[in-house]
Amino acid sequence: MKTLRLPVTEEEVRGLTAGDVVYVSGDLVTGRDRVHERVVKEGKLPKADLRGGAVFHAGPIVAKDENGYRTVAIGPTTSMRMEAFEAQFIEKTGVRILIGKGGMGEKTSAACVKFGAVHLMFAGGAAVLAADKITETYGVEWEDFGMPEAMWLIRAEQLGPMIVSVDAKGGNLFEQNKRLFAERKQRALERLKNG
Amino acid sequence: MENDLKSFVLTTARFIDHIAKRLPDDAVAGLKKLADAETDERAKVMYRCMTEDLERADASSRPICQDTGLVQFFAEIGSECKLLPYLPSALKEAVEIATSTAPLRPNAVEFPSENNTGTNTGKGVPYIEYDIVPGSDKLKLTVYLQGGGSALPGRAAVFPPSAGFEGIAAFAADAMVEKGINACPPLVVGVGVAGCMATAAKLAKHAALRKIGVPSEDPEIAEAERKLKCVLDEIAIGPQGVGGAASTIAVNIETACHHPSSMGVAVQFGCWAMRRGVLIFDGDMRAECPTHGGFKI
Repeated sequence: MKTLRLPVTEEEVRGLTAGDVVYVSGDLVTGRDRVHERVVKEGKLPKADLRGGAVFHAGPIVAKDENGYRTVAIGPTTSMRMEAFEAQFIEKTGVRILIGKGGMGEKTSAACVKFGAVHLMFAGGAAVLAADKITETYGVEWEDFGMPEAMWLIRAEQLGPMIVSVDAKGGNLFEQNKRLFAERKQRALERLKNG
Repeated sequence: MENDLKSFVLTTARFIDHIAKRLPDDAVAGLKKLADAETDERAKVMYRCMTEDLERADASSRPICQDTGLVQFFAEIGSECKLLPYLPSALKEAVEIATSTAPLRPNAVEFPSENNTGTNTGKGVPYIEYDIVPGSDKLKLTVYLQGGGSALPGRAAVFPPSAGFEGIAAFAADAMVEKGINACPPLVVGVGVAGCMATAAKLAKHAALRKIGVPSEDPEIAEAERKLKCVLDEIAIGPQGVGGAASTIAVNIETACHHPSSMGVAVQFGCWAMRRGVLIFDGDMRAECPTHGGFKI
């Protein structure tokens, strides 16, 4: 069982291969569409230092009481929605780990190779499993986006299991799967046609 | 009536809260069947995550998935049911209560301002569909919390009827391969075939909400469901699209007559965490719940 401790080094990240099962521990942030837009389109950076860090494509349910914030449920959202921004997001923030649902496209894959980053997929919907690995929700930035879209600052202990979907060597599990599924679809439909 | 209405609102609010945290019994069984039959190692990791998530959600009373969806109601309501005049406001109130108790994530976003209403209510939400049953005094209320990911690959189009079953199968398979990975498979697939796009889409939703493991009553449709399930499972996208032994939990088809020259086809997906539930209220407002054995009325 491999655990990546945040912040990670370029070397650690480059040693991973698509298909590996890993866990992540340490400080990370959430960020989905609006966070990516603010960084890439508006050219703003959060106060949190993301170099060697991880961005979790997730819109959590966060409860607030006298003791502060508590992450009640946090599961990955579709990472592909961030595809248009992710390459520049990696370049601008220095983030090395992307976490989300499904895979990412060629642009992100190329950025992962260039800058030394990976994408990890967490089981979609498994929001309590993930929340139980969040030991602290210690802050929030850009709360003006509303609860799902804000950047939550969270601390994780053994977040996972996750599968490396895009590695820093050009490997891309879901792009490979998509081709495989398209071939199988053709075969299945032909078989249906021929009875 | 005032007390009955109050109790209806509170029971429904508690039920929405409950189904955000526990899958219906049939969905749990369907998922277990697939997990038990799985041989792929990565797929097994994903199934273990799902199973563990369900156990933790139940034990700690937290939503299974952070995306608690947009709330949708399908009411089969008798013309004599005394709740009828109050239903829209009662359901809205129930959603607002559940949003704060569960808590549910606020997911109602206005267009084009992109303002989140914060309450899961607003223009057109919760969605309420009425099916009036003449003479009856009962209410059968189906509640569905549809997540954004599983709504995304939904599609509808109108084909010439000559497209036939093969055309329908290709349409569903294309949707699943192109977008299904991010809809959190294994998937519940609902297909509607009817006279136009809108009627087909409505039936596709009904098909997706059918009890898992129950084929169509029409033997010809049941055979079409079996064939389509074979096609989709042969693609074997596996849990979360990592590949595996299957693609689907269920494939259901609902049909209506189509026009001689056009046939509406729609496909609607449900994720592995299909948060669907049914409450039945009789004329005396006594409730029963056929979907969740653990729900205390």
